[in-house]
Amino acid sequence: MTHPLVEIADLRVDFPGPNGFVPAVRGVSLTMGREKLGIVGESGSGKSVTGRALMRLLPPQARVAGSLRFDGIDIAAATPRAMRKLRGARIGLVLQDPKFSLNPVMTAGAQIAEAWATHQRGSARDARDAAMRLLEQVLIRDPRRVFDAYPHELSGGMGQRVMIAMMLAPEPDLLIADEPTSALDATVQAEILRLIDRLVSDRGMGLMLISHDLPLVFRFCDRVAVMYAGRVVEEVAAKDLHAATHPYTRGLLDCMPRLDAPRARLPVLTRDPAWLA
Amino acid sequence: MIEVQDLHVRFGGVHAVRGVSFAIAAGESFGLVGESGSGKSTVLRALAGLIPGWTGAMTLQGRPLGARRDRAFFRSVQMVFQDPYGSLHPRQTVDRILAEPLAIHGLSDAEARIRRALEEVALSPIVRFRYPHQLSGGQRQRVAIARALIADPSVLLLDEPTSALDVSVQAEVLNLLADLRAARQLTCILVSHNLAVVAHLCAHLAVMQQGQVVEALDVASLRAGQAQHPHTRDLVALSRDLEA
Repeated sequence: MTHPLVEIADLRVDFPGPNGFVPAVRGVSLTMGREKLGIVGESGSGKSVTGRALMRLLPPQARVAGSLRFDGIDIAAATPRAMRKLRGARIGLVLQDPKFSLNPVMTAGAQIAEAWATHQRGSARDARDAAMRLLEQVLIRDPRRVFDAYPHELSGGMGQRVMIAMMLAPEPDLLIADEPTSALDATVQAEILRLIDRLVSDRGMGLMLISHDLPLVFRFCDRVAVMYAGRVVEEVAAKDLHAATHPYTRGLLDCMPRLDAPRARLPVLTRDPAWLA
Repeated sequence: MIEVQDLHVRFGGVHAVRGVSFAIAAGESFGLVGESGSGKSTVLRALAGLIPGWTGAMTLQGRPLGARRDRAFFRSVQMVFQDPYGSLHPRQTVDRILAEPLAIHGLSDAEARIRRALEEVALSPIVRFRYPHQLSGGQRQRVAIARALIADPSVLLLDEPTSALDVSVQAEVLNLLADLRAARQLTCILVSHNLAVVAHLCAHLAVMQQGQVVEALDVASLRAGQAQHPHTRDLVALSRDLEA
């Protein structure tokens, strides 16, 4: 019996606020295999919290209910030791801004080598060679220069490649990418996503791409879950984007200015209170 | 209305803007597009008088702009920044934030002006005595726009005004800017990395790369696919790719 890679059932997350608990995720159920799943929604829709919950990276005061399984392992019941074996080794996480997620006082190469050595057996020399190979895999033209560079010496796109190389070092089964390209320019954004796409397909990994950018997610994923106010309001295959039926999804698609269709006014999203139900 | 001739800006050894020239007629909207580091924001900041040590010539309504600008300049030219979280004073209420330009320019009738300014950007009067952290991103950007407009400027400089906002909020802010521009006959410069946003709001635009304008064209020819420069074509292709 094989388990799906990720099984989330009726996930609820509440954060304490000044007037009692505030719900951030209100009953999300998702199942994914080794595929590319996109989670889209606006700020505050609970998309990032869902991703963090899967790695048990939420602050301790958050109240989590529901069931979270990764490859059959119950995340809520796992010991801290078991979680440490999961994080990084089997689930990688790429965050929005490489400026904040890389260690500013370590060279890029040393950070990748460290990630490799934490999860794989080998000498310092093996780690170094592995780091160099990974830098080549993320298509850095001059891996030797980047290996010895500190994060502030790298551009945003280069930093994000280093981040991806670091996450791939332990050869995880699932990569969670939380707004991986939102801090990057449009041309670099496309390059990074194509790179993630290729690496994920080549290695047969699962990808959970969390983003606010609906067209982008549809472009790079197999399946998309649209979140609104802590719930999944619609799940569609990426190729059926045009057949999306939920008024929220339609509204998000409509309110973007387009190059091919000039409009005097942009339609504004009217939020129906019924969507919260 | 605005003319920029052969503008150069250097930061130490970095030559950030290399000979940029453009002209904008009164009441027109002009877009500057480019990736980070292309110099588009630097052009805007030099025009606003926020960067010392530029060379070249800039004129506003026929009068040349020097290194120091007078009070009349700051009244007629106002700027809206990208990050509504960073551009509002965190310990001042909206009321205090909007009163500041009035005090600087010695404008009377503060009460009525503040009320009108909030109304104009479609913010409820309750917002007036709140602090920025109590507002959403879209509301904050509306406050920043209200602050820019409260002293009745004739030129509005917009530096990525919607990049930090969700698309649904972006649509509201873009509609608001279009309405205000029409109602007040404003001359606007919009800086953005998003070609579709610039095309929505502006009639003419210039594409910048490495400190230079590589192509200047009107939006109709851009939409018709008549861009010549490879960088412009790349940006158009990316934009269309995501629309498909």
